Amino acid sequence: MVSALADAPVAPSPERRDLHDTPTVGDRVFRTVVTGAAWSVLVVLGLIGTFLSLQAWPALHDAGRHFFTVFEWDPDGTGRFGIAAVLAGTVTIALLALVLALPVSLGTALFINEYAPKRLYGALTMLIDLLAAIPSLIFGMWGLTYLQPHLEGTSRWLSDHVGFVPIFSTNRPVFGSSMFVCGLVVALMIVPIITSVTREVLSQAPRATCEAALALGGSRWGMIRRVLLPYGRSGIVGASMLGLGRALGETIAIALILSFNYRITAHVLEPGGGSIAGLIANSFPEAGDAGRHALVAAGLALFVLTLAVNTVARIVVRRSAPSRQVVL
Amino acid sequence: MDLPVTLDHGDLVDPPDAAPVVPTLEARRVGAWFGDHQILEDIDLAMAPNTVTAIIGPSGCGKSTFLRVLNRMHELVPGASLAGEVLLDGTDVYGRGIRPSSTRLHIGMVFQKPNPFPTMSIRENVLSGLKLAGIRRPDHDGLVEQCLTRAGLWNEVKDRLGRPGGALSGGQQQRLCIARSLAVEPRVLLMDEPCSALDPSSTRRIEETIRELGTEVTIVIVTHNMHQAARISDVTAFFLGDQDRPGTIVECGPTTELFSTPNDPRTEDYIQGRFG
Ligand SMILES: Nc1ncnc2c1ncn2[C@@H]1O[C@H](COP(=O)(O)OP(=O)(O)OP(=O)(O)O)[C@@H](O)[C@H]1O
Ligand SMILES: [Mg+2]
Repeated sequence: MVSALADAPVAPSPERRDLHDTPTVGDRVFRTVVTGAAWSVLVVLGLIGTFLSLQAWPALHDAGRHFFTVFEWDPDGTGRFGIAAVLAGTVTIALLALVLALPVSLGTALFINEYAPKRLYGALTMLIDLLAAIPSLIFGMWGLTYLQPHLEGTSRWLSDHVGFVPIFSTNRPVFGSSMFVCGLVVALMIVPIITSVTREVLSQAPRATCEAALALGGSRWGMIRRVLLPYGRSGIVGASMLGLGRALGETIAIALILSFNYRITAHVLEPGGGSIAGLIANSFPEAGDAGRHALVAAGLALFVLTLAVNTVARIVVRRSAPSRQVVL
Repeated sequence: MDLPVTLDHGDLVDPPDAAPVVPTLEARRVGAWFGDHQILEDIDLAMAPNTVTAIIGPSGCGKSTFLRVLNRMHELVPGASLAGEVLLDGTDVYGRGIRPSSTRLHIGMVFQKPNPFPTMSIRENVLSGLKLAGIRRPDHDGLVEQCLTRAGLWNEVKDRLGRPGGALSGGQQQRLCIARSLAVEPRVLLMDEPCSALDPSSTRRIEETIRELGTEVTIVIVTHNMHQAARISDVTAFFLGDQDRPGTIVECGPTTELFSTPNDPRTEDYIQGRFG
């Protein structure tokens, strides 16, 4: 049998074939609709980018590289303006907010999923989604009128006792209207969205995998650390990026709380600082022609910054979690 | 076959002149519920040290549930409850102050469906139990090789230990799970149909491992394969139950006797494949 096969003239093995799908009419219609929807997102994104670039062009052309180095904002008067200070402020506030919000969100999500009694589960889930829907203006007003005065003590304590950490040191013993207060308020604003997405992602982890960790003699915390969190890592990064995106673009709360100055400072407890979105909200109504172009240029910078942050995050996630692609 | 075994009445039958042996694991009057639905009723079963006990019975009679009661996995299902006691070396694992995690460390489990850790490599999967339980051990490489060999997986994966554990075939995943549970050296190993997704040669390798381990570890294995039960087990327990009646042990005894001369006609019917 075997030898007969070996002696027979060897036919060339067949070529690989193309694979065709023959969709039904319903399939084709559906496919067209969803493809259209997907493209429309890209088109809108493109339109926004184009609009911003066109409107920003005169200002960018005038300012040149000074746009990134100048610490002032007076496009209508002296004509000197640059986003150096507000860009730094934006990043500082957003990072501060993310650093404060992430542990709280992660903890809340884990509590709801892993520890909360069944009765609380539904209520807490609903509450978090409800919180996410509160307009940022409300947070801003609350931060300005209630949180700020009450945070003076905390700020002073931080400055006195943790002042050896550079960002908590202060030159003047004046607290309030600071980036720290802004960061905290923005953190409160982004906790719900990060919690909600994180909880959803972690609840998707297969029960059987978590049980395997417990069956091996792992504690609940061990299971969370070694199995659940690694499983949810890319989702948690995604949730953080959503939060960071919101923090970067947050306007009203910052415009209300912060007393703007155009300096770069790492002393987050001191009054002053700035952010791009806050700057635009504060200055747009009174801006002249040049001022408007300059503000749109600042907006373009924010747009690019957000896109860049998201892109980098995606790449980080993809690099760090190759196994997810196989299993999910 | 001179091992003490429990009959369905729950009394120990010792060979005439042997000292009574304390069972490694013993279920006493175990009952189990999901919500109001009773799954098991009044199960008595003693597993003597270093024996292999096979559990057979029709689908849905509560075999998996029984295994999960033994290592405290049952309580993880919301609404699950139980009655009776489970004694590990004479101590009730459900007693006050006993940590479930330490019980589970001593009583390992291989699940019916393979569940490797998708975010870990093959090597990390094998060592995961040590990490989870905080056990330090020298020579991780040797341990990985030993466990994977015993699980009959070493030759297939020795060149790609860094690959994700989720990227293996179903049968390979199951053998990885077996290797993983061997690495922590449990006193008792519960295996829920470990070979149902395996090809004949892997099955043979696993059966050899079970025989081999049977000299150091007490093994409880659920299987739908009568030949397998006959080949590898010292004692066989036949469970029966369905949607309306909670599962009970119909008959339990030395495997050779249970298969050659069953006492209960239902056992004979089941073994002959007449129902279930
Ligand atoms: N998580 C659960 N919640 C509610 N009922 C369950 C749950 N798990 C199992 N059951 C029920 O308990 C009964 C016993 O299930 P079990 O998985 O123990 O059966 P089994 O003997 O292992 O069956 P098989 O041989 O098919 O694996 C079944 O009727 C099943 O419907
Ligand atoms: Mg089962």
